[in-house]
Amino acid sequence: MSNSVIIGQYVPGHSPIHRLDPRMKIAIIFIFVIVIFLANNWVSYSILTAFALLSTISTRIAPSFILKGLKPVWFLIIFTFILHLVVTKEGDVLISVLNFDIYSGAIWKGLEISLRFFLLILMTSLLTLTTTPISITDAIESLFHPLNKIRFPVHELALMMSISLRFIPTLMQETDKISKAQASRGVDFRTGPIKERIKAVVPLLVPLFVSAFKRAEELAMAMEARGYNGGEGRTKFRELKLKKADLFVLIFFILVLIGFWISRS
Amino acid sequence: MEPRHYIEFQDVSFQYPNSEDWALKGVSFHIKPNEWVAIIGHNGSGKSTIAKLMNGLLSPQQGTIHVQELPINQETIWDVRKKVGMVFQNPDNQFVGTTVIDDVAFGLENHGIPREDMQKRISYSLKAVNMEEYVNHEPHNLSGGQKQRVAIASVLAVEPELIILDEATAMLDPKGRNSIMNTVHQVRQDRDVSVVTITHDLNEVLFADRVIVMNEGNVWFEGTPREVFQKHDELQAIGLDTPFVTQLSRHLNKLGISLHKEPLTHKDLMDELWTLHSTR
Ligand SMILES: Nc1ncnc2c1ncn2[C@@H]1O[C@H](COP(=O)(O)OP(=O)(O)OP(=O)(O)O)[C@@H](O)[C@H]1O
Ligand SMILES: [Mg+2]
Repeated sequence: MSNSVIIGQYVPGHSPIHRLDPRMKIAIIFIFVIVIFLANNWVSYSILTAFALLSTISTRIAPSFILKGLKPVWFLIIFTFILHLVVTKEGDVLISVLNFDIYSGAIWKGLEISLRFFLLILMTSLLTLTTTPISITDAIESLFHPLNKIRFPVHELALMMSISLRFIPTLMQETDKISKAQASRGVDFRTGPIKERIKAVVPLLVPLFVSAFKRAEELAMAMEARGYNGGEGRTKFRELKLKKADLFVLIFFILVLIGFWISRS
Repeated sequence: MEPRHYIEFQDVSFQYPNSEDWALKGVSFHIKPNEWVAIIGHNGSGKSTIAKLMNGLLSPQQGTIHVQELPINQETIWDVRKKVGMVFQNPDNQFVGTTVIDDVAFGLENHGIPREDMQKRISYSLKAVNMEEYVNHEPHNLSGGQKQRVAIASVLAVEPELIILDEATAMLDPKGRNSIMNTVHQVRQDRDVSVVTITHDLNEVLFADRVIVMNEGNVWFEGTPREVFQKHDELQAIGLDTPFVTQLSRHLNKLGISLHKEPLTHKDLMDELWTLHSTR
């Protein structure tokens, strides 16, 4: 497992952001992501950046940890910036390197897109850093609940997500076990030409799939034995309740949005 | 009045849809309230099939099954599943929740137990299996034995009248097995509950009040553990072993050292041996 990618990795804690209702977090981030694309001058960008930084600090997770975790994304951000330098041909020519003109508009545009990208990734990773996957699942089930009316299988989808979450570590352990067993029989996953290595994965995947199907069958049986009968008539143990703090955060966010709207040109 | 039989199988036959042979061929037996029954038999003799019939996971082609004198059918099935709890062999493949507490809650949610009652039932049942310190643990951080104890807690939380353990200790080490058996003992001290253990472990059989021996889809013999293990040679003929202590006392017998009564446990045997001269 790679530890450098933090997108999707929960960091336990008790910060105000951790304790925020997951539905509130999802809603705010959803709106934030849309609003990023409406910013059009440096004031509106500053407001959004300030909000994002404030949120980051409030998680009480070391910023260096968060930034390091975004490593794979840095590459994309820089790549987008360079792409814009090359492609965009607006404004005045600033410098000319080896017959190649770099325009002032390109720098502004490149910065803008990179910043958008950065804010987007930062905010969404804050969600997964401060919320357990199961809370996210609960929140999604709750937010999508109205879709039940049009017979959208909300409960089933949420259950599917939570069972997948529950089995990811189990299957990881199993993959590890099988790969060791196959390695001890001389299967080599790590060296050799790519074609050989892909071939070597087959004896890993086949037993993994076989066992996953067996697990699924037994799990279905166990669930039925424990009285599972679809979402109808089911009660729920985990309950999401909006607290006062959630409302404060909501009001604050609305104020930020109003400020943002006014500052737009 | 409490019914005499908690579960009653009458001439039950069952055939899996994709198979030609009958898995069960006219099986009749009963389980009394508060009784501990062990079911043994060779691989494929129909033990798991019986377990699945008991809470309606399968339904028989012939014969009837009554739970508390009510037949299992579409109307009673959810009630039956509430009363008859089941623990399976693989500790991982019956753990539904992402954490221990969620897993115990899963059964309660299914049966529509109100939220207010859940917390109480969850802490009660986790305490009964000695897992109250692990409420927020995730399954991959628990041992097999701990997961099985959670499975028992999940069943207990629903307040069942019968608990079926289908080779629930088969994948555990001796320590894990002991902890499960002790847990079941403890549970039975606290409340009225029948237990059916399906097992290949002969030491588990000794705990039972009664043993049902299955052979090729038929009930081959029914009796106390002592009665069953006296049929040593016949058991071997149908592919079953007897416990070490029974075997030892048989060999002693052959050597002319006849023990008073057939001992079943190590302690019985020891008592017999050291009192051998004085009782002669
Ligand atoms: N899903 C199935 N489909 C078809 N046949 C099955 C199925 N499950 C079991 N059988 C067959 O039914 C018979 C009884 O199986 P059952 O699982 O009840 O045996 P068991 O006594 O529990 O064995 P074990 O000790 O191996 O668990 C066997 O012959 C088996 O091959
Ligand atoms: Mg079986």
